[in-house]
Amino acid sequence: MELRKSYFADQRKDDLHEIGQPRPRSDSPGHVTGKTTYFADRNFPGMLHLKMVRSPHHHARIRSIDTSEAEKHPGVVKVLTAKDVPHNVYTILILIQIGPEDETVLADGKVRWKGEAVVAVLAETERAAQEAAAKVKVDYEVLPAVFDMEEALKPDAPIVNEYHGRNYYLYDSGECRKVRFGDVEAGFATADHVLEQTYQSSPIEHAPTETTGCIVAPEGNDRFTCYTNTQAMFFTLDNASIILQMPGNKLHFVGGTVGGGFGGKVDVIVEPIAILGAKLTGRPVCFVYSREEEMQISSPRAAEKVVIKDGVMNDGRIVARKVTGYTDAGAYSRHSPYGAQKGAGHYPGPYTIPNVWIDTYCVYTNRTPSSAMRGFGVTIGDFALEVQMDKLARLIGMDPLEFRFINAYRDGDMKAHRQPTEGAALIECMQEASRAANWPVAEKFMTMSSYAKGA
Amino acid sequence: MAKVPVQFTLNGAEKAEFIDSGTTLLHALRDKIGDTSPKGGCHQGTCGACTVIIDGELRLSCLTLAETCNGAAVTTTSGLSEGGVLHSLQRAFLDAFATQCGFCTPGMIMAAKVLLDHTPNPSREDVVEALSGNICRCTGYEPIIQAVLTAARSNSQNAV
Amino acid sequence: MALALQTFPTVEDAGAALKAAGTRYLGGGTLVVRAANEGDVSISGFIRSTEPALSIIRISGGEVRIGASVTMAAIARHPDLAPLAHAARAVGGPAIRNMATVGGNLFAPTPYGDFTVALLALDATVTTDYGELPIETFLAKRESNHAIVTAVGFTLPKEGGFRFLKQSRVKPKGVAVLSIATVLEQAQDGTVTSARIALGCMADRPIRARAAEKALIGRKLTADGIAPALAVAHDGTSPPTDPIASAWYRNEVLPVHLGRLLLA
Ligand SMILES: Cc1cc2nc3c(=O)[nH]c(=O)nc-3n(C[C@H](O)[C@H](O)[C@H](O)COP(=O)(O)OP(=O)(O)OC[C@H]3O[C@@H](n4cnc5c(N)ncnc54)[C@H](O)[C@@H]3O)c2cc1C
Ligand code: FES
Ligand code: FES
Repeated sequence: MELRKSYFADQRKDDLHEIGQPRPRSDSPGHVTGKTTYFADRNFPGMLHLKMVRSPHHHARIRSIDTSEAEKHPGVVKVLTAKDVPHNVYTILILIQIGPEDETVLADGKVRWKGEAVVAVLAETERAAQEAAAKVKVDYEVLPAVFDMEEALKPDAPIVNEYHGRNYYLYDSGECRKVRFGDVEAGFATADHVLEQTYQSSPIEHAPTETTGCIVAPEGNDRFTCYTNTQAMFFTLDNASIILQMPGNKLHFVGGTVGGGFGGKVDVIVEPIAILGAKLTGRPVCFVYSREEEMQISSPRAAEKVVIKDGVMNDGRIVARKVTGYTDAGAYSRHSPYGAQKGAGHYPGPYTIPNVWIDTYCVYTNRTPSSAMRGFGVTIGDFALEVQMDKLARLIGMDPLEFRFINAYRDGDMKAHRQPTEGAALIECMQEASRAANWPVAEKFMTMSSYAKGA
Repeated sequence: MAKVPVQFTLNGAEKAEFIDSGTTLLHALRDKIGDTSPKGGCHQGTCGACTVIIDGELRLSCLTLAETCNGAAVTTTSGLSEGGVLHSLQRAFLDAFATQCGFCTPGMIMAAKVLLDHTPNPSREDVVEALSGNICRCTGYEPIIQAVLTAARSNSQNAV
Repeated sequence: MALALQTFPTVEDAGAALKAAGTRYLGGGTLVVRAANEGDVSISGFIRSTEPALSIIRISGGEVRIGASVTMAAIARHPDLAPLAHAARAVGGPAIRNMATVGGNLFAPTPYGDFTVALLALDATVTTDYGELPIETFLAKRESNHAIVTAVGFTLPKEGGFRFLKQSRVKPKGVAVLSIATVLEQAQDGTVTSARIALGCMADRPIRARAAEKALIGRKLTADGIAPALAVAHDGTSPPTDPIASAWYRNEVLPVHLGRLLLA
């Protein structure tokens, strides 16, 4: 590993001992000897297994649920439905005042996506839980479903989520997050060329090697220890506290060892219902997703659609950028209103553009709820933006790397969302990339700096 | 439900347990015997996290019924280091950053061990083939391949 | 009901036990234990036989007999079965190959069953506890006959007469887009005198490409010679659309891969 010290020399002390040095990871010895303790590496006597009965329909009204046969099944200890959950309707981001509560722990009256949890079965063995789950009878009235964001935004589309009452998230700014900077139409009017392109992505599953799950052990004093592979310990604890209407000090969360997360383990899904099961049975409970559940049920990265319209001058300057972004939240919010909002802040890209207009929508459909994944709200946008940058460079016959130098943001530039740029290093990164990739650019770009224009 | 006896050696030590008939070796090892080094990532045979060595052959413990292992010699990653000294593969995985979340690591090390037991000087292709039943979602595989090649080199140097 | 394994020293006893509802024969278990793990509650018990003959490979005078419990790994490393090693190695990764049996492969639904594709091209016979069947007949009703397969038998093809190809997206191990096996006989001048072509993933189980076989007779293995066979390669196919490939894609690439195999 090489630490290039010529850049930003005045901003850094050179007496660093750790940075720039390869250091063994503290958890590696446990990993290579098989001694690292993941949540499932614990075993409690009398532990029950939780299996979920899930909706086979994308959108349906629940007429009735009959759990009588399942309850009688040998080995079954408890069967849970919506009425057993103290605060059944929740939303994860309520902790940071992003509401309304729009999701059910166990479906109540309606299912909004295929795979939604309806009934939880707790049994002595996994097998008994599976067998009993197959005996739960749910009578559904299938409703029309919508899977496409544009269809969902049409006035006559079926309403996916009544807690919103419309198929998009209503921000305090209205039907979308908005960024307005300069006069984008005036920018297009002066541009030598205008290019509008649409980019789309499908949901992406994190597919961690360890599936999502937890084990909950009652401690005998009304307290519960939850061993979990969540990536969001305190978010999960606080949400569990709300859902279970149980003070947080009754809940002890143990975690930190995650067999791959990538953002897929930040939702609060398995813990509250497992804690409830432990509370109502007085026994330890294990709820771990099967591989199929991990792939089909856990939130993926959202499908996105990005429409980018740019005005560009023959000399390489981008003078106007208008972006409309759509994030497919699926049936429930989870982290998606935040993802769409992040997109709004991010869409100008690391470029200084004088006229910017951005609208980002968080849209509800009857698809699997989406949520966080490695740079959600940003990654797909970056893909779209950088493909667009290449297309713009081609349009004006310019080298794509030089084109980026011309537009790169630098310290002091005002960003479209009105944060002045600080600590930019794009130019220096591109200079290194130019050398490393043997992709030469004009000398004037190699002497540029992020510090100040014209340097 | 009738319990059935199973008896095999695990990392050289005799083990005998009564289990429910039809229990997989993965569950028997983890829940009964207490060796949690094999991991359950899929219970479908697709991820390789549960990989163990049975009588010198690579096997998936999630798809092997424990009863079929009566009298066998079972090896897992937890049995590789001797007297607190890491096995050359463990050392190489550690040094090469071939483990991130670590969930695939015990299975990877088992697959690599069988390879090196039979092919002390493998080519890169041999390594890729030997690890092809094991999924790693974190590392991108390259550090793992390098670790196995490094372990092979260090084994042959020590043998000289 | 809990799962239970019953082991019998003879196939006959195992066969009798297999009459009980919910029981399934256990080969290597790579499909049937997997199904139970995934919550297939129709399976309530596993039956297996440890009869030694099931694990034996016998070769004499060019006639091969492979016991049903023989694994893909055992076939791949058998010196006298070298022409088939490639097909045996096409199944799964190393651990799967140490477990996956020939008997189980005969029952593996598409997109699995790569080795069965090879057996189909070899025109194997399948021996069950009820008698012998041509493999095609066996495959057609494999779900309904409830018999235990004890062995497969076939004649070793002439040097270079057997060809096999598996196309997958992930390499070196991956589920098949399709697999193809051929057994060809050629006259001195290279004219094809007999041809058997078996296709995997082009229907719900391995099938023969009869039209293509017919179109090869009397032709030479040149681009022109095989063109008529490629043109009818997807006669009678009904490939699935699954996460690996669409039915359309499979039909589109079938002639391409068959062509490569025939010209190889
Ligand atoms: C990760 C993974 C990858 C795989 N990759 C491939 C692949 O690339 N190619 C491929 O072809 N397959 C693949 N498979 C499928 C499977 O491993 C093989 O088809 C294998 O040959 C099945 O054999 P088995 O002995 O494990 O079958 P089992 O699971 O034991 O049995 C499968 C079915 O056949 C029946 N059966 C088994 N033996 C007999 C017998 N002697 N008589 C009567 N019935 C019997 C069983 O009752 C069951 O219904 C893969 C499986 C997994 C899990
Ligand atoms: S748990 Fe056995 S292969 Fe994944
Ligand atoms: S290190 Fe995480 S799966 Fe390999």
